[in-house]
Amino acid sequence: MIPELGHFALILAFWIALAQGVLPLVGASTGHLAWQSIAKPLTALHFGLALLAFLALMWSFVVNDFSVLYVSQHSNSLLPTVYRMAAVWGGHEGSLLLWAFLLALWSVAVAVFSRSLPLAMSARVLGVLGLISTGFLAFILSTSNPFDRLLPAAVDGRDLNPLLQDVGLIIHPPMLYMGYVGFSVAFAFAIAALLSGRLDAAWARWSRPWTLVAWVFMTFGIGLGSWWAYSELGWGGWWFWDPVENASLMPWLFGTALIHALMATEKRGGFKAWTVLLAIGAFSLSLLGTFLVRSGVLTSVHAFASDPRRGVFVLIFLAVVVGSSLTLFAWRAPKVSKGGGMGLISRESFLLANSVLLVVATGAVLLGTIYPLIIDALDLGKLSVGAPYFNAVFVPLLAPLLFLMVPGVAASWKEAQISQLVNRLRWVALGSSVLALGVPALLDSLGQGAWLWSTSLGLFLSSWIVLGSLQHALERLRLPGRIALSYWGMQTAHLGMAVLVVGITMVKGYELERDVRIGIGETVTLRDFTLQLKSMEDADGPNYKALRATLEVSKDQHTIAQLTPEKRRYFSSAMPMTEAAIDSGWMRDLYVSLGDPVEPHPQTGAPRWNLHVYDKPFISWLWAGALLMVLGGLTAALDKRYRRGASRAVQA
Amino acid sequence: MKKFLIPLAFFVGLVVFLAMGLQRDPREIPSPLVGQAAPAFKLFTLAADDQTFEPKDMHGQVWLLNVWATWCVACREEHPLLVAFSKQHSLPIVGLSYKEVQAQDEPPGAKMSPQEKRLLARQRSEKWLRTRGNPYVLTALDLDGRVGIDYGVYGVPETYVIDKQGVIRYKLVGAITPEILSKKILPLVTELEKT
Repeated sequence: MIPELGHFALILAFWIALAQGVLPLVGASTGHLAWQSIAKPLTALHFGLALLAFLALMWSFVVNDFSVLYVSQHSNSLLPTVYRMAAVWGGHEGSLLLWAFLLALWSVAVAVFSRSLPLAMSARVLGVLGLISTGFLAFILSTSNPFDRLLPAAVDGRDLNPLLQDVGLIIHPPMLYMGYVGFSVAFAFAIAALLSGRLDAAWARWSRPWTLVAWVFMTFGIGLGSWWAYSELGWGGWWFWDPVENASLMPWLFGTALIHALMATEKRGGFKAWTVLLAIGAFSLSLLGTFLVRSGVLTSVHAFASDPRRGVFVLIFLAVVVGSSLTLFAWRAPKVSKGGGMGLISRESFLLANSVLLVVATGAVLLGTIYPLIIDALDLGKLSVGAPYFNAVFVPLLAPLLFLMVPGVAASWKEAQISQLVNRLRWVALGSSVLALGVPALLDSLGQGAWLWSTSLGLFLSSWIVLGSLQHALERLRLPGRIALSYWGMQTAHLGMAVLVVGITMVKGYELERDVRIGIGETVTLRDFTLQLKSMEDADGPNYKALRATLEVSKDQHTIAQLTPEKRRYFSSAMPMTEAAIDSGWMRDLYVSLGDPVEPHPQTGAPRWNLHVYDKPFISWLWAGALLMVLGGLTAALDKRYRRGASRAVQA
Repeated sequence: MKKFLIPLAFFVGLVVFLAMGLQRDPREIPSPLVGQAAPAFKLFTLAADDQTFEPKDMHGQVWLLNVWATWCVACREEHPLLVAFSKQHSLPIVGLSYKEVQAQDEPPGAKMSPQEKRLLARQRSEKWLRTRGNPYVLTALDLDGRVGIDYGVYGVPETYVIDKQGVIRYKLVGAITPEILSKKILPLVTELEKT
């Protein structure tokens, strides 16, 4: 009964979303006020129905209703309740329902917080969001209904993929989807602005907080995904350039470019057409990501069952949404006023360079991701593009981007003097150079690892950002006047980027790894740590059997940690799972994963196992950096200016 | 006006490639083995310890080699298709039971002897074939996975079409679908049987 109610709510939501998509847009173009003002109630109703459908599916999981096909495929009566709830988005149908639900959530948030917007504007924005919802709900209802029944019911479910049974997975997809879907708001604002022909500073000011919040969710989601891969997959890596990861990285890069371009548009009215294009692009890439993940057109470690009908549907949807918005762009953008001119060296030009570099980086990732597909489509063979390509193109693009962060903040609007900039930043440059050369040389002399040019480059860029931001903040504090919250947000986010770069640089430069065969009582040493295998015992959980190794870590004769990596075998799947054990610290992580048993010791005949041990210096800085960016983004989004600014724009 | 059309043009090109990509199957992986002689091996069969199987036993016939294991979930999905196929066609299907006994099946810290492993593999596999039907003329036991390495097995199930001269003509990674069977494998087999 409950699943049928959910299904019914979903069908109603489709029709309401269709009305929400059509009536307000028609009303706004004909000036029909009643049709415009119906947008908000329809959005609220649409949200209520989507929530009902979502809760109905979650309920089916919680009560173990295995007569629902999707539940029987992704849950199991032995699965702990919290994972049963998270299993809602453990598969294709449920992920899409989450997508649709979050889109309704963003729409209703726009409806609630857009009181200060002109009626026609909010009607158009909600209308565009309604049309996107309509497409997604049609997709779910026609190809991927999560409420399909399985009759007769299964006795028990197949269980959630063991890889996904982790705290990280409970929150990773919702966060990431909040980001993906959140870019639809910036997109809707851009389309509404193009439709109305009012592409002005007010538009940029309205879009900024929404874009920032979506970007914050996305940053958090990607960071969490990376942390999850690191702690759960047992390979010790944190980014694999997997198509699905790239699918989330591309809208993030575009979103970052959009945030910066919106600032120039708001403050100086500069490059409006470019900013609109970025807003369309960020959401288009979210849709493209959905297509790549959901159609099975690329194979990846995130293997989802692929169904050709689904691929065709998403592709048509993508073509309609992106194609029509780019056509609208080509038609309306030429009429947009150019805005104030800018000097060759000015904050605008730095912001423009920033977004161009980010767009080119996105293009490089896109090319690497779909290159195998293009080659295959042209019958030139099958190939895959791996990390070497991405690293080779990404570093040269990101290095100038990171470098420009400092002069970009320091330069003034309109026209900046290059001599002044050089004068101002020379001590920062000197300090960064000293750190970039000194730290690797010191570590080399201490025998921690050989000097690499990439280490120096990474350290130079991160200290350049830290010192540059510090200098700017100190100077700003000395000036009179209140400092806006968004300023601190920006500085925090930039600092987060620097911290992230330190993490990447140090892990790449000084990571150590050992792969040993070890028996009970034997030891392995890595740098100045000694790990001794103390014992091996069974450690069974509710839905798996496991073998757990206990290792004692000591340094200078002192025990500093105990690590217990496991090898799990879930009842429902034959794939053995590796639960790595990590001793985390600010300066390094010790990472241990347990492998298969190997042949016994040749002399004693004692049993032995494979063990992978890694020393990963500064790896926690990666996630600390991501968290700082999240914090910075939130701080900036909370700036009162946006709310006050919006109401001022209405009076004007 | 023209420069504002660039993003649209770029996007149209992208959609064309994506649409072409949808027609392709990423699981069809070219194998360097296609066109090469099937690597030789000699393994015990599932039936008994005094029976062994070698690919050259099949000389003069077109046959399928299907890699499977009871722990393989996708094998369960493809199995009914193989059973139905074996009833309708005379084409021999040889099973290759791949790493049936996994490391975690062994008691912690102990190693099973090859005899014990074969015993466990036979018990499990025979039960599996009894309940689901047996499409195979015989199944060879590749317990340590060495033959799998020679054949470049990267996921179970896998299926090979081998011709009368013992040359691999086709390789499929993943479960056979009715479509692949009727559009790819059957026409190829008919073709090969003529020669």
